[in-house]
Amino acid sequence: MPTIKPYLRLSGLEPLVVRPETNFVNVGERTNVTGSKKFARLIKENKYEEALSVARQQVESGAQILDVNMDDALLEGVSAMTTFLNLLQSEPDIARIPIMIDSSKFEIIQAGLKCVQGKCIVNSISLKEGEAKFIEQAHICKAFGAAVIVMAFDEVGQADTKERKIAICTRAYTILTTQVGFDAQDIIFDPNIFAIATGIEEHNNYAVDFIEATREIKRLMPLAKVSGGVSNVSFSFRGNDHVRESIHSVFLYHAIKAGMDMGIVNAGQLVVYDEIEPTLRQLCEDVILNKNNENNQATEALIAHAETVKAKGKVEIKDEAWRNETVEKRLAHALINGITDYIDQDTEEARLKYARPLEVIEGPLMDGMNIVGDLFGEGKMFLPQVVKSARVMKKSVAILTPYIEQEKEERKQAHLAAGTANEESAGAAKILMATVKGDVHDIGKNIVGVVLGCNGYDIIDLGVMVPADKILDAAQKENVDIIGLSGLITPSLDEMVHIAKEMKRRNMKQPLLIGGATTSRMHTAVKIAPEYDGGIVHVLDASRSVTVAGSLLNKEQKKTFLADLKAEYTQLKENFDNKKPVKQYLTYQEAVQNKTTINWQDYQPTQPSFIGDKVFEAYDLNELRDYIDWKPFFIAWEMHGNFPEILSDKVIGTEATKLYNDANALLDKIIAEKWLTAKGVIGFREATANDDTVTVIDATKNQLVELQFLRQQIKKAAGQPNLSLADFILPANIQVATGKKDYMGAFAVTIHGIEKYIQQFEASHDDYNKIMLQALADRFAEAFAEVLHLKTRKEYWGYAANELLNNEALIKEQYSGIRPAPGYPACPDHTEKYKLFNLIHVEKNIGISLTESLAMYPASSVCGWYFSHPQSQYFGVGKIQTDQFNDYSKRKGMQTAEAEKWLRPVME
Amino acid sequence: MQIKEELAKRILVIDGAMGTMIQRHKLTEADYRGERFKDWHCDVKGNNDLLCITQPNIIIGIHKQYLAAGADIIETNTFSSTSIAMADYDMQSLAYELNVAAAKCAKEAIRQYKEENPSSPPKFVAGSIGPLNKTLSLSPDVNNPGFRAITFDEVVEAYYEQIKGLIDGGVDVILIETIFDTLNAKGAIFAVKKFFRDLGTEELPIMISGTITDASGRTLSGQTLEAFYTSVMHAKPLSVGLNCALGAAEMRSHIEELSQIAACYTSAYPNAGLPNAMGEYDEQPHETAHFIEDWAKEGFVNIVGGCCGTTPDHIQHIAANVKNIQPRPLPVVESTL
Repeated sequence: MPTIKPYLRLSGLEPLVVRPETNFVNVGERTNVTGSKKFARLIKENKYEEALSVARQQVESGAQILDVNMDDALLEGVSAMTTFLNLLQSEPDIARIPIMIDSSKFEIIQAGLKCVQGKCIVNSISLKEGEAKFIEQAHICKAFGAAVIVMAFDEVGQADTKERKIAICTRAYTILTTQVGFDAQDIIFDPNIFAIATGIEEHNNYAVDFIEATREIKRLMPLAKVSGGVSNVSFSFRGNDHVRESIHSVFLYHAIKAGMDMGIVNAGQLVVYDEIEPTLRQLCEDVILNKNNENNQATEALIAHAETVKAKGKVEIKDEAWRNETVEKRLAHALINGITDYIDQDTEEARLKYARPLEVIEGPLMDGMNIVGDLFGEGKMFLPQVVKSARVMKKSVAILTPYIEQEKEERKQAHLAAGTANEESAGAAKILMATVKGDVHDIGKNIVGVVLGCNGYDIIDLGVMVPADKILDAAQKENVDIIGLSGLITPSLDEMVHIAKEMKRRNMKQPLLIGGATTSRMHTAVKIAPEYDGGIVHVLDASRSVTVAGSLLNKEQKKTFLADLKAEYTQLKENFDNKKPVKQYLTYQEAVQNKTTINWQDYQPTQPSFIGDKVFEAYDLNELRDYIDWKPFFIAWEMHGNFPEILSDKVIGTEATKLYNDANALLDKIIAEKWLTAKGVIGFREATANDDTVTVIDATKNQLVELQFLRQQIKKAAGQPNLSLADFILPANIQVATGKKDYMGAFAVTIHGIEKYIQQFEASHDDYNKIMLQALADRFAEAFAEVLHLKTRKEYWGYAANELLNNEALIKEQYSGIRPAPGYPACPDHTEKYKLFNLIHVEKNIGISLTESLAMYPASSVCGWYFSHPQSQYFGVGKIQTDQFNDYSKRKGMQTAEAEKWLRPVME
Repeated sequence: MQIKEELAKRILVIDGAMGTMIQRHKLTEADYRGERFKDWHCDVKGNNDLLCITQPNIIIGIHKQYLAAGADIIETNTFSSTSIAMADYDMQSLAYELNVAAAKCAKEAIRQYKEENPSSPPKFVAGSIGPLNKTLSLSPDVNNPGFRAITFDEVVEAYYEQIKGLIDGGVDVILIETIFDTLNAKGAIFAVKKFFRDLGTEELPIMISGTITDASGRTLSGQTLEAFYTSVMHAKPLSVGLNCALGAAEMRSHIEELSQIAACYTSAYPNAGLPNAMGEYDEQPHETAHFIEDWAKEGFVNIVGGCCGTTPDHIQHIAANVKNIQPRPLPVVESTL
């Protein structure tokens, strides 16, 4: 079982745990307008970005916490604190450490707390204005989860002696832990570090008072911490940093030994105690510990010594080795680490080195961003850092842009001079971004927008839940160069496919970027890329968007880039189609359990108008003619397209119209001269189902016929059933329980009389009319099947008596109930045709015979089953597994070899 | 508080995905609108939270499926029920009502379930508070990284309204979940504390669940797991944990780490694996349950369940697999260094 120690725990992007062995925590002090002139000037001049470099210097120099103070009469403190901290949050290398929000105004502290996600320290609250205010402020700090620094300050004033320091801290501690409910480890005392060596004798013991008070506070309240503003102690040596740094080191050496946990210091300027020159160190010791200091002796001695030591060159504790690398490596380093300090000079150097400024972007800068992308992909960088890199990129690009423009202008002038047109368009490339309809997630999209924006692209962001039309209208109106789609939820994938189709329909040319958490290269390759030819690119993450956009917008690169990508996606799609790696199958038993859910209790099947068969001897061809579906007719002639649009198609319209006219001329003749005879039979029977077996009661012969169906076995999405046609027939147990009766139908139609005319056309070598006649006979058979199904629904069975559908709707199968044919996807076993033929006496009634391979003769014939349940639907059984195969062949009483022969197409 | 007693005894199971279950109903725009919003001026399909008002029986039905599967805690369907998130549908004024309605749906589901299963162990409603669609730690504007699309005070105000709705509707626990920006979560915690201070009653327990978004092992706003926990522990939560973004396999090392550092109970409800190339979650119930059973045996967790892509089937398997495993004991919080 783990144990948890009551350590002070703070956080920025990373945690900071103050353990006893931590020794001492450096709080960076330079981001303080009262302590750093440079920082104050930058803030006052509104140069916040530059002010960040002060913070970065503190972190790089080893600050573990960053103190931020905006207390200046000339500053609007709340907004300065808010602006700076918000900006700082976008700098992951700084934001990784906890923030100490430092102000004497509590409203500024509150403003700061509202900007920082990590656990902060509030610096400070005190009993200065009484207990009530102290308690109220402590409550607020607690609600933000902040630790607090409590100044040794009460209603009387600031504590200067050891005794007052201890008394005030103890009192504050009791209030915080008992009345406010503060965790003791979240309380940090600042027992006031005052300046020593001021020449005023009362001040000489201030360091000792602090050190000794610290020792006692830590003894009395071991979980609490002690902190202080260290540079105060050396205030009287202003201007002599060398001496000040030595005083700080010596002071800390003793205070830390007494238990001081943290201090506000100039993190870059702490010298190591042992490295201080011995004479100076001894003088500092005396002053701090107030030894040998009667009549300010020690003070005088230190002041005298200080005059002799001039501030020596400070050594920046910063790893600058990378500055010695090549310019390419330096640019990469700056991009990866998000350092803008040298980007101006490095960019300039690169510009001079390369022949054209654009080559700097396409060369070293893009190379650097690619490394960033790789590191991000490997989890070695995280998002705020990538955004940071993008900003370095932006700065570099900004430096290069004027030169690129100038170069363009020069080329333009050259073109003008030479009288050749200039093709280079001006202005930044436009990229349109949107989260697709139905999806409200946009954080990823925003990040991509930010990163691309950083790279000088003009971003048009349409927001979330944007319908396809709005996206594409805007893209066309704004004439954008690239469209980027984002989505996080699964249905967004379909919407993206839809948009790709729409782009094709609109003849758009812009490349389409696909991104978002659920998108993938595979899905893009398999589902989206085939729908649009203008270039579809799946973009893995924000960092990749830069190189992708760059490649797409570069005229020379675009072609190869898209061609390579297309080859890659085609390969992916082929692999996907061949391997079908995601297909999983249920056991047959599981598939049966996942049958269609139908509420049979509340469903009343419709009884057909007759039980038995009805034969149609010579159906009116004129009537059938109106039901012809012309699309398959044209497909038979290898002309693809929708009817009637195909007749006016730009390419094949003339030929199609000619064909159509010829067909109609022949139809006129066929009908007028009675070339063909349409014969059909339909029949209805009672039926019940038991899993995948449907038992049909053939009353005419007083026998039962068992029809066997196959069931989908592929693993379906959650909530989707594994379909079998048997699902649409009333289960036997419900029939027994309720006495309800359900029915099933069968039909067969055929067109007789074609042979004589085929022979005539063959004899006259008229292939055109021969094929035409065959195609039309087929169309008649299909139209007949359609008409009989219609009449069955409305009249003979009558379960959809009020149906009103035009021919187009019929072709689109918008009717209720289905007429699947044995041998087709929903019931792929051809051998069930025997049962159908026997059941409604197809051969005897209308003269269709079955060949050995179970094809029907005459060839223009159609047969099938009728199902009436409103949930019945067309589907494909797909591949089945061995367990279903075994069960099925057993049910059919078929030998394995025989069954294998007929079921091979559906075997995995 | 009854839930604390239960947590001391056993591992509790929290329900699975709501969105996945709603998708199964294949609802149309008209279904989402219902009678009341039939003339609403913008599309509302996809506003799953709205269904608590327009299709309460569907939501109650889903809750009941999860209860029947063995969930001890069901989450209200209020992930986006704040005035801020509802602005996407111009329904910000409905935020309070949505929360009350959602809490009532969950309560009603439990009432019906208990009526049908009188010997059922206690069941709890967790008021779900989502992460918002605007972030306090990231700027949406490249040229102004210091810019924020929303303020802390606005976040607190929106969450305060949501919390009021949830509590008026009768939830047992507040669940701040799918946290990818810790500052948003701190706004939610602030609102909870403020709400109960204003009300002057004892706080309801708070459950906190963060989201590790990618291979860096950090939240979207860039915090490491420990930094995240440190930033929210002032809530004194009933539990802290992880959900979403990762499947159980990827979440293991993170929940292990959290179990070591958290002073409170721990929770974990991962997605049903990572989405496959087609964007579908296809990790099987027994697979998810297997991972979670391993965590339970290792003593990492007190509350387990599922997030995106998980179904009552997943919850049933998870519940069965952790049933006889001892919960993670609360760590000893020492009082001296």
